Amino acid sequence: MSVIIDENTKIIVQGITGHQGHFHSGEMIKFGAKVVAGVTPGKRGMKVHDVPVYDTVEETLVHEPDATMITVPAPFVKDAAFEAMYNGIRVVYILTEKVPLHDALDIVTYARSHGHIVIGPNGPGITVPGKTKMGIMPNHIFKKGTVAVASRSGTLTYEIVNALTLNGYGQSTVIGLGGDRITGLNFVDVLELFEKDEDTEAIVLVGEIGGTAEEEAAEYIKKNVSKPVVAYIAGRSAPPGKRMGHAGAIITRGKGTAESKIKAFNEAGVPVAEFPWEIPQALKKVYK
Amino acid sequence: MNLYEYQGKALYRKFGVPTPEGYVAFKPEDIKDVTKDVVIKAQVLTGGRGKSGGVKFASTRDEAVEKAKEILSMEIKGHKVRAVLVEEKLKIEKEYYLSILIDRSTRAPLIMASPEGGVEIESVPDERIFKYRVNPEIGVQPFVGRALSKKMGFTGDLAKQFTKILMNLYRMFREYDAELVEINPLVLSEGKLIAADSKVVIDSDSLYRHKDLEENAEEKTPLELEANKAGYAFVELDGNVGVIANGAGLTMATLDTLLLYGLKPRNFLDLGGTDSVDITKNAFTYVLKANPEAILVNIFGGVTKCDTVAQGIIAAKETFNIDMPIVVRLSGVHEEEGRKMLADAGIHAFADMRHAIEKLKTIMEGSQ
Repeated sequence: MSVIIDENTKIIVQGITGHQGHFHSGEMIKFGAKVVAGVTPGKRGMKVHDVPVYDTVEETLVHEPDATMITVPAPFVKDAAFEAMYNGIRVVYILTEKVPLHDALDIVTYARSHGHIVIGPNGPGITVPGKTKMGIMPNHIFKKGTVAVASRSGTLTYEIVNALTLNGYGQSTVIGLGGDRITGLNFVDVLELFEKDEDTEAIVLVGEIGGTAEEEAAEYIKKNVSKPVVAYIAGRSAPPGKRMGHAGAIITRGKGTAESKIKAFNEAGVPVAEFPWEIPQALKKVYK
Repeated sequence: MNLYEYQGKALYRKFGVPTPEGYVAFKPEDIKDVTKDVVIKAQVLTGGRGKSGGVKFASTRDEAVEKAKEILSMEIKGHKVRAVLVEEKLKIEKEYYLSILIDRSTRAPLIMASPEGGVEIESVPDERIFKYRVNPEIGVQPFVGRALSKKMGFTGDLAKQFTKILMNLYRMFREYDAELVEINPLVLSEGKLIAADSKVVIDSDSLYRHKDLEENAEEKTPLELEANKAGYAFVELDGNVGVIANGAGLTMATLDTLLLYGLKPRNFLDLGGTDSVDITKNAFTYVLKANPEAILVNIFGGVTKCDTVAQGIIAAKETFNIDMPIVVRLSGVHEEEGRKMLADAGIHAFADMRHAIEKLKTIMEGSQ
């Protein structure tokens, strides 16, 4: 069993003829992903890494796709995501950054009420070592294993996965949730999946300042997670962010800072590593 | 992007949210005749202007010109006053609070309303701030206004006014891609609910579709603006170690680590996920302008080619004649070639972050 996608997941790439789509679909195929089709309006008939390109998502349905990777420019992401969901594609991963917040809101709202899973926007995607990959995480850092990782960052995720691999901890699933304020999945959503996943024995969360996702994760762990969890929080040194009117202060009431997140995790029995390279040592204490 | 009060109020009027009668004045000569008492308000992108003397009253034109001059020459919490807003002075019977923002944890717009508006809103207890989570598929229908009106104590015509304001404000929030719209206070004056102030933040990623909005310079230093224009995420800090890293999370983690090692970063610079010689080289321009005493480069390559990054660093060292210490962490594709190129050029290069920062610490301590 895997989380969200596995070796049988058939993936299409919207924007496959663009620079990002072209390069990363090739890397995904090398990693073992089943990339069955690409979509770029006006480019039907082309092939990218032997993958057929179509004009519309509807035309790719002959390949029975389960998931899509969207790499189109930000102003076209909403259209691409709705095109995919309308055509019944279950998992929608959005690589693109700078997607307008209200577009992300519309995409995520629709997905949640219609049973789709959105990963991102503005994240590195999802990797299941030994099985498949949808996204841009570098292939060489992974090792198949039992530790699941969820992160709000990109390169910092690679840093931590690399440290895990070098210390002998392979990974079951690695998910980049995305760096934007509205993302399809948050820590609580993936904790639920990791807790159920037979391949996962321990969990690493990589959080950062801003929002209250880590505090909510800590609450959830206390009540619902039996597997060992460790965490890292980026942004301890960051100066206080810009104020979002009075509303920002009312809604967070002191939460959102690194101190608040570290405290919440500690209260939930989740060790928080001081340095990224200390994650394996933290795991050793609570896992093996 | 933050809007000034007068810009926010122009949008309110466009969407049918009542505001006081008034106009914006960029210089004292713009002040018009005064027929009834006016309030003159500093237009500045920060809060707390009332307490700083940025809000004054006048009954005659001479008085208004005088006060406008005073306010226009002020700086409030380091922010230059851009203009003054001259408005009719309202008879205020009661102050309310109303805002809509995107709530990250519920991934939905959130309405907050309180019958206890005004400058002390942040100390009003939670149970007196009424929250309503909007389902964007339903939007804000009249029933939301009726439900909130009951809690706010509005009946009859006031409930109708409040509902209309709420629905119009939500329409504006959605159509203008706002992160936040806030009315504090929403005042009751002679039987009418009026937005006496405005705080509007527009999502910067959506500005391409709001060409009618004037672009406001963000609250950034000139160096930050320059670096941002060149495509780097850049923030000035007050230490002495220049930092170049890739990815916001890794850059933040680099700053955190420096501080935990007792070193102080001079800046945050995120290269982004790129691998071109020029992008790496040019990043040094902005770090050097910040006059650090040493530079730390922390690159976890992933798919970035480390030899390309190394070329950029070496080119920068030569082009800009950098003689301060540069310590590099380089990991990713072609990392060994990259580190060898750096070593040959006399630049300290490491495979992991920890050893790079330890080396930097030794160098910095040695130079003291």
